[in-house]
Amino acid sequence: MESDPNKIIGEVTQSDYKYGFVTEIETEYAPKGLSEDTVRYISAKKNEPAFMLEFRLKAFRHWLTMKLPNWAHLEIPPIDFQDIYFYAAPKKKKQYESLDQVDPELLATFDKLGISLEEQKKLSGVAVDAVIDSVSVKTTFSETLSKYGIIFCSMSEAIQNHPDLLKQYLGSVVPYTDNYYASLNSAVFSDGSFCYIPKGVRSPVELSTYFRINAANTGQFERTLIVADEGAYVSYMEGCTAPQRDENQLHAAVVEIVAMKDAQVKYSTVQNWYPGDKNGKGGIYNFVTKRGICKGNNSKISWTQVETGSAVTWKYPSCILLGDNSVGEFYSVAVTNNFQQADTGTKMMHLGKNTKSTIISKGISAGKSNNSYRGLVRISKNATNSRNYSQCDSLLLGSSCGAHTWPYIQVENKSSIVEHEATTSKISEDQLFYCQQRGMNAESAIGLIVNGYAKEVLKQLPMEFAVEAQKLLSISLEGSVG
Amino acid sequence: MLLSIKNLHASINGKEILKGINLDVNQGEVHAIMGPNGTGKSTLASVIAGREVFDVTAGEIIYKGKNLLKLAVEERAREGIFLGFQYPVEIPGVSITNFMRTAVNELRKYKGLDALSGGVFLKLMEEKKKLVELTSNLANRSVNEGFSGGEKKKNEIFQMAMLEPTLAILDETDSGLDIDALRVVANGVNKLRTKENSFLVITHYQRLLDYIVPDFVHVLFEGRIVKSGSRELALELEEKGYDWIRKEQEG
Repeated sequence: MESDPNKIIGEVTQSDYKYGFVTEIETEYAPKGLSEDTVRYISAKKNEPAFMLEFRLKAFRHWLTMKLPNWAHLEIPPIDFQDIYFYAAPKKKKQYESLDQVDPELLATFDKLGISLEEQKKLSGVAVDAVIDSVSVKTTFSETLSKYGIIFCSMSEAIQNHPDLLKQYLGSVVPYTDNYYASLNSAVFSDGSFCYIPKGVRSPVELSTYFRINAANTGQFERTLIVADEGAYVSYMEGCTAPQRDENQLHAAVVEIVAMKDAQVKYSTVQNWYPGDKNGKGGIYNFVTKRGICKGNNSKISWTQVETGSAVTWKYPSCILLGDNSVGEFYSVAVTNNFQQADTGTKMMHLGKNTKSTIISKGISAGKSNNSYRGLVRISKNATNSRNYSQCDSLLLGSSCGAHTWPYIQVENKSSIVEHEATTSKISEDQLFYCQQRGMNAESAIGLIVNGYAKEVLKQLPMEFAVEAQKLLSISLEGSVG
Repeated sequence: MLLSIKNLHASINGKEILKGINLDVNQGEVHAIMGPNGTGKSTLASVIAGREVFDVTAGEIIYKGKNLLKLAVEERAREGIFLGFQYPVEIPGVSITNFMRTAVNELRKYKGLDALSGGVFLKLMEEKKKLVELTSNLANRSVNEGFSGGEKKKNEIFQMAMLEPTLAILDETDSGLDIDALRVVANGVNKLRTKENSFLVITHYQRLLDYIVPDFVHVLFEGRIVKSGSRELALELEEKGYDWIRKEQEG
């Protein structure tokens, strides 16, 4: 008889990616490859004002001087940037006035993904911006939100309608020179979401963006900018899926958050890009730069992420704690299975006095995957009486996967306190047997144990997301038993 | 007959632990299995529950007329076999409530019943918690995490009460318990004793049998049941010690 829990775990974690379908939609592409012409094409296509084209061109020229970063614990075959479409959009005449004008195929796609735009609009109290390939398809709830003075629209619309805000904030947290992928994004980003919460306003609904890559050989480069003015509050959710394809697809996004005095932004992500098949074929290369700045005193930015998808994940949602008494939080569950690789973590830059940060990272590795935590806590000389607490846990399912932790800590004053805890554990045969003896099959036992392990992070998610995330955790590990 | 074990041989890593066990248990009976350390008591419990590290090399176990050895661990559990663990396992982040709800609903699904609603389930939990004097805050904590020895064992009996097994195997449930905890655990068992369900109580000490009065007592020695008798056998063992058995076997 076989007692190896690895075997059971293997069986549980081999399952199909249920978002792997492709929708037949008429799509319009930019010519393949990347050049200054591509950048100009995208800008012209979107009818952008001169300042945007300039921003893009500066970014592109800077990008040409840069080298691919190679410090992450990732093995990535060379990416041919001339073999990618940098712009793909569902063909359409103009911005949709109402849902009736949206391609029914497209609506069906979102229904299939479990986000019916119609339903969302009416029932759930969640405002959605749906981005397919390069273009925002529809933002729901905009009118309701505008009563509060909240701006929530696609990036393209924001560039047309709110150029002053864009000039002020775009690139203010992640400059176009920041890193290889951020520069690339700055040059070619095609859409994304923009959100502005005015002074003293609490957003009455959760805002949410849904990203979908559909077209083949296409990179997705979306850009999100959230500005919370003094005393404002918003909770923002981001979800993403992609079809199942044999070739790898590139996704390089940038998210910037600005929190002014007393403002709070809570940003939650459930990342479920196609991870590739169980032999490591296909899947999304996910290179994302996410950063928020707590600009004013007493402001707070909280990142929560559940990362289950992508063949490669390279992502470090970070906080610059500039204002005094500002707070940064990072809660993360990263699951890797089969041949997935993740190098993810955060940076907490303490600049203001009495600033506080919390990092809770839970890595779960199965199959032949590699899962790394990489984090930096930097407390500058002036950030007196600051505090950081970090906890980095790794859970291994089976014996062919890897878990790694690279915490960097720099403290430049004597009144601050930094704590770091780390653990590595395995699901034991004892735990599995205990659950099975109570009548659970291996699959639900592993689901239960993994969700228990990730609980501290999952409880940070908004309700709508928490349930989905719990299911996703169990599903992502299906077939890892065996 | 609820359980019939015939000539059961089992080994681990090639080492034979059970060397021909014969045991019959009828519905409503309580059997105590006693014996010195390392004679195979816990192995017997594990093999009945289906733990895969043990290889069954010969013999058979018939339970409710079925060949038990063909069933997976969870199938045996759903058929009403419960193992009270000697060393209950910690499951961090999973509350007892969540754990039990998953278990109870899997069992109901197997029986073709609908899952219990949150309210009904919580009510059931309250009822069973009282039975084993389990405090409320314990049920909200993660399964066995940071529990004292006594709390862990109470939690086992509580789970047994929730799952209402046909055959409950209690593997040294009394080990490491003070006299108060022992009484609580034993009371719990006695309250769950009916004409339909049976118990296999594994213990070193006759002390537990003052509280849970068995119908039969068996002595397990070097992988075999070498003596069976009534309750008095336990008292005799207490008086004479296991050396008595050893000498008898050697002699």
